[in-house]
Amino acid sequence: METAIVSKSIQERFPDAIVETKPEWICLKKEIFTPVLQFLKTGHLAFINLHCITAVDRQGSVEVVYHLYSFEHKWMLTIKVILLDSDLTIDSLTSLWSAANWLEREVFDLFGVKFTGHPDLRRILNPDTWSEHPLRKDFKRDGFIPRPVR
Amino acid sequence: MDYEELIINMGPQHPSTHGVLYLELKLDGEIVVDCRPNIGYLHRSIEKIAENRTFVQFMPFTDRLDYLASMNNNLGFCLTMEKLLQIEAPARAQYLRVIMAELNRVASHLFAVSTFAQDLGAYATPLFYALRDREKIVQIFDQICGQRLTYNYMRIGGVSADIPVGVDQLIRDFIIYERQMMAEYDDLLTNNVIFRARSKMIGVLSKESAIDHGVTGPNLRASGFKWDLRKDEPYLMYDQFDFNVPVGKNGDSWDRYNVRMLEIMESLKIIEQALNGLPEGDPVAKINKAYRPTGEIYVRTENPRGELGFYVVGDGNPFPYRLKIRAPSFSNLSVLTSLIRGLNISDAVCVLGSLDVVMGEIDR
Amino acid sequence: MIGFVTSYIPLLLKGLAVLGFIALSAMFLIWLERKISAKIQNRLGPMMTGPHGAFQSVADTVKLLLKENIMPTGADTTIWWLAPFFVTVPAVVAFLCMPFGSHFIVHDLNVGILFICSITSISVIGVFMAGWGSNNKYSLLGGMRSAAQIVSYEVPLLLSVLVVIMESGTLSMQGIVRAQELGWFFLKPNVFIAFVIYLISATAETNRVPFDIPEAESELVAGYHTEYSGMKFAMFFVAEYTNLFIVSAVAATLFLGGWLGPFRPSMFWFLLKAYTIIAFLMWIRWTLPRVRMDQMMGFAWKFLVPVSLVNVLVTGWLLVVKG
Repeated sequence: METAIVSKSIQERFPDAIVETKPEWICLKKEIFTPVLQFLKTGHLAFINLHCITAVDRQGSVEVVYHLYSFEHKWMLTIKVILLDSDLTIDSLTSLWSAANWLEREVFDLFGVKFTGHPDLRRILNPDTWSEHPLRKDFKRDGFIPRPVR
Repeated sequence: MDYEELIINMGPQHPSTHGVLYLELKLDGEIVVDCRPNIGYLHRSIEKIAENRTFVQFMPFTDRLDYLASMNNNLGFCLTMEKLLQIEAPARAQYLRVIMAELNRVASHLFAVSTFAQDLGAYATPLFYALRDREKIVQIFDQICGQRLTYNYMRIGGVSADIPVGVDQLIRDFIIYERQMMAEYDDLLTNNVIFRARSKMIGVLSKESAIDHGVTGPNLRASGFKWDLRKDEPYLMYDQFDFNVPVGKNGDSWDRYNVRMLEIMESLKIIEQALNGLPEGDPVAKINKAYRPTGEIYVRTENPRGELGFYVVGDGNPFPYRLKIRAPSFSNLSVLTSLIRGLNISDAVCVLGSLDVVMGEIDR
Repeated sequence: MIGFVTSYIPLLLKGLAVLGFIALSAMFLIWLERKISAKIQNRLGPMMTGPHGAFQSVADTVKLLLKENIMPTGADTTIWWLAPFFVTVPAVVAFLCMPFGSHFIVHDLNVGILFICSITSISVIGVFMAGWGSNNKYSLLGGMRSAAQIVSYEVPLLLSVLVVIMESGTLSMQGIVRAQELGWFFLKPNVFIAFVIYLISATAETNRVPFDIPEAESELVAGYHTEYSGMKFAMFFVAEYTNLFIVSAVAATLFLGGWLGPFRPSMFWFLLKAYTIIAFLMWIRWTLPRVRMDQMMGFAWKFLVPVSLVNVLVTGWLLVVKG
């Protein structure tokens, strides 16, 4: 319901930005996703709070998930951007929200998604010497037994 | 004359970094020029562990996030799963959850304000006063679920057990007791000239900056933004209770302290109402516990430190495909650098204490 | 030769008695502090060693004596070694003219109070040496803070002492006590103001809450003695409590009539007054938060110094008018 309204107003402004709209989330194209989020933040929808950034490893691609919140309408909006494993880069949102700084560092640390334009893209939770990204499904390390795949 | 900045490594072992936070402070004399917080010393990779546990098995891990507010973490995860699985907890369970969450909020806020006072140099006395009061709550929890810190009390679809006979009277006694004790804190801290002089207009966090950094909870309310999920997007039975949302004026350390003090009083009010309205019935819904959810959900609850969010993705297996914990302290800590730049090192400690971060949920 | 030796024997005995008193007093004060803080904080405090933990300090002393001496790498060896002595020795020497009773004083110097004030000020050098020599940034910050603090609070402290000296007309400690036979000094309004200023400054001089900035635990871990362990740490500790006793004893002597009291022994009255002030300072310590460095310096220079200067002027004027 809310996503439909948001999706419609995005479509009016950016006709080819949306890949898919589901009741729970809106999937955006990677190329023009920053201006869309800028519009969502500054436009009449007023999604001024970047609540959370996370990612889901879909084995072959990584979904970067943004949770935006509008205090005015009391709407929580889920935005997804799908990145292929071959090109794990996406624009950083640090210019729009300061909150993105640490949240993007965390996604970089755990999934290896590179945020272009991030001022300080270092690992945040894991040691700097690591090369792995632990929340990837193909993560392997001595002593770690992954869940058996059914 | 040659001039050099002094770099101080504050933490990971330091009396006032609230756990294992490591701050790289760049000092000019005693003025903080720059600060680089380094976190991750308590990283237990709980999100990865979740992918290898069933949903029921994951419940104890939520206790270890914000270990000062385990009940609230339990609640957050339960509500997320219930929404994903479309389960409704019985009315009695809902009321019990409200009582436990609010009691834990009181305990957590008591700890927060007293450690803040400790950071300001009030040598252990406020801390011991708060621990004395918190002990009463902990003993109530001990009687209810047999644990003192990691309660693991709530279940998907209810709570693990009904409260034992006589505990509701204990809670009522505690409310009366705590209301008297709050006057003592006011004498010791709130009306203390030195305490006020140390915390007023120190580390002023503007409303805009708070929203920009994703700050939530008492820290956001202290900045003058009236936002409380319990009031604005009520979950459980919170819309049936009468309580106020305390708001600060300047967003300084003092306001962050004061908002917490006022919230304790509001929480006591909620507990009292919930106890009076406690309905009869089962404490847990009768459901099949072999959960295999599909789809995804993001649910937030108002924790003592801010909005705790759980993002759960299910793929039809008994364990989550992905589980993300949005920790309030994580965002609250990210604002620290901008707050303490240009302040004295004593004030930096004061601001850190007033933000009330718990490393357990930052590092996860 | 024999006459020379025998003339020094009473002095030597007095000195030994004072040394014994210092050690016992510091141990007793540490126990008292722990008991008072426990009382304030709804705890019991030490209970296991002896009745109500009375021998806890003895046990602690034995433990500290047996501890290994750990020196940080890169410490400035000489300075680091000497610092505890620079802090402890002045505290001991100050007892030279401490009037315990009507006849119990090691040596009644005719510049007694001046001697005490000057000798205790030396300890700031030791504190700064400890901060500098430890090769630790927290210690350094603590030492710098301490130097700034003690130097600035010395001014109002001495100005408030000056009021008493003007009232009594003597620098000798016994002389000051005898001058109060007609009425304790703190009953006079101008000396009472001096008394309050003295207590505030003395709290700062002894680095106690709310002026414990040099060793602010939540900021600087333990300040200048972060890197000290074993007996060296114990020396700082003893010096701290001895200084606490000195400022309280001086306050009792200057303002509360010293050993004067309705009945003998006079030493009882002296100790009673000194320990009452100590208990008061302990009560403050376990109640108040710490002030900030700039607030503390501002308080000293912008408030205490002008007030005590005016107080000195008023006292002089009163004496001239009366005299």
